[in-house]
Amino acid sequence: MIFKGRVWKFGDNIDTDAIIPARYLTTSDPQKLATHCMEDADPNFVSKMKQGDILLGGENFGCGSSREHAPIAIKAAGVSCVIAKSFARIFYRNSFNMGLPIFESRELVDAIEEGEEILVDSARGTITIARSNKTFKINPTPPFMEELIADGGLMKHIARKREKNEK
Amino acid sequence: MGNTITEKILLAHTKLKKICAGQLINARVDIALGNDVTAPIAINEFNKSGGKRVFNKNKVALVLDHFTPNKDINSAQQCKAVREFAMKQKITHFYEGGNVGVEHALLPELGIVLPGDLVIGADSHTCTYGALGAFATGVGSTDLAAAMLTGELWFKVPSSIKFIISGALKKWVSGKDLILHIIGRIGVDGALYKAMEFTGETVSRLSMADRLSMANMAIEAGAKNGIFAPDKITREYIRKKAKRDYKFFYSDTDAVYSDIIEIDAAKIEPQVAFPHLPSNVKGVSKAGRVKIDQSLIGSCTNGRIEDLRIAARILKNRKAATGVRLIIVPATPGIYQAALKEGLIEIFMKAGAIISPPSCGACLGGHMGILAAGEKAIATTNRNFVGRMGHPQSEVYLANPAVAAASAVLGRIASPEEL
Repeated sequence: MIFKGRVWKFGDNIDTDAIIPARYLTTSDPQKLATHCMEDADPNFVSKMKQGDILLGGENFGCGSSREHAPIAIKAAGVSCVIAKSFARIFYRNSFNMGLPIFESRELVDAIEEGEEILVDSARGTITIARSNKTFKINPTPPFMEELIADGGLMKHIARKREKNEK
Repeated sequence: MGNTITEKILLAHTKLKKICAGQLINARVDIALGNDVTAPIAINEFNKSGGKRVFNKNKVALVLDHFTPNKDINSAQQCKAVREFAMKQKITHFYEGGNVGVEHALLPELGIVLPGDLVIGADSHTCTYGALGAFATGVGSTDLAAAMLTGELWFKVPSSIKFIISGALKKWVSGKDLILHIIGRIGVDGALYKAMEFTGETVSRLSMADRLSMANMAIEAGAKNGIFAPDKITREYIRKKAKRDYKFFYSDTDAVYSDIIEIDAAKIEPQVAFPHLPSNVKGVSKAGRVKIDQSLIGSCTNGRIEDLRIAARILKNRKAATGVRLIIVPATPGIYQAALKEGLIEIFMKAGAIISPPSCGACLGGHMGILAAGEKAIATTNRNFVGRMGHPQSEVYLANPAVAAASAVLGRIASPEEL
């Protein structure tokens, strides 16, 4: 997969309350959640970003609650993928399970300024900054996680496995 | 090479012969938990994938505790969707209305989770049950859907950090202070993807309530699970609760740990986590003058009867300071009844407290205790992120029930020793 977009940079320990505050969890409608994406980290994020833009985080992105509403809000807002130095584990699981592409690269996050354009090539495992043409390696994704993404998420992966067993 | 308790419980839920940290496994689930926020998405995924029946109606727990009593029309709709699913599937462990309690206080109290279990919950504080010597971890809604459908889930076997805690606890110091101290020491990602195994002579004397508080906050250090070896305190706790078989697991003496951290508990005073991270801790004596608008005593961390007894000891014949809203949330109907019987509710009401029904509402900024811009709350809860209990410009300070009660009386963050 290839993703091209402008980056929006956030700091370390961006928690799920910042990504989608609990006051909006009385719904699980992706479009409604999307309108509040990142609201308590940057209230203007949704109005500033364009479809396909890329979210950048520091260490421990997505820490806190298990709410799948967080990756749902990010995806539904039109963010194409998230790159962080590291991810909190439930957010990491949720993203693969529901099909939000996420990548780890400490080097890129340190090297890039907000607003720059990047190109992510997940098959080659590289991220390139458009302006400087500098390329960074993505930390390898475990093969099982790649399988999940290829199958279209956890439920589809399970359905495929069940089909295989029945044959 | 031996195994940790975490590895052994996971292994016992697979068909594998051996197991090691880092391995990806499929494991059987004993209990799969969801609530009114996370279950609606899981139910939708379950139905979308053509799910007909849950894998076992006795092994799914659905607890409507977050936006209940129903906050508004949207939350009522979410609860209705979960209720209909629970009725259709004949879910044994479905709790709402007068039966509902905060899930992580309710499930251990009712003996639904037991030692040696593998528990997943679409709620990050599912790690609480590690106090019983179970493997319990928070997952997302899609994971819950998969577990309800198949009775299995994928896991990466975590490596473990062993905490050896020794020394006698000072007055007013509890499990909450130990875990806040540990998070302050290792940071909010200090145990990322790992198991936190709590051991040592201090731990062997800790009550189950203290152990539950500690395991509850393992997630605040990024951990996959927190766990305690079962012992006579565990046995006594579950003696009258267990209605099915359970098993005690122990780490081998030659188990492999990614890190071993020693904690001198005797040096720890009551802790306060300042905004906006649970790792931002100070001893209460170094808190300075922080005026508060609200004190919240409750939650899956500290809403048990033991916590309410401590609060009552401090609040007896005292009053919350003018301008401080003191909210007390007994975590389950059982705890509420015990508090009534023991006269604690009367002490709280005479102190000017609001007694809330069991609910997660205030802790997560859902309802029944929201903060306005610029307001400060001391809370016995587990998170103090930006906007956690209300307006993004409000502040949450985390502490134990004794400190929260003393602070309510003095109108500022305070040690019980100051009363």
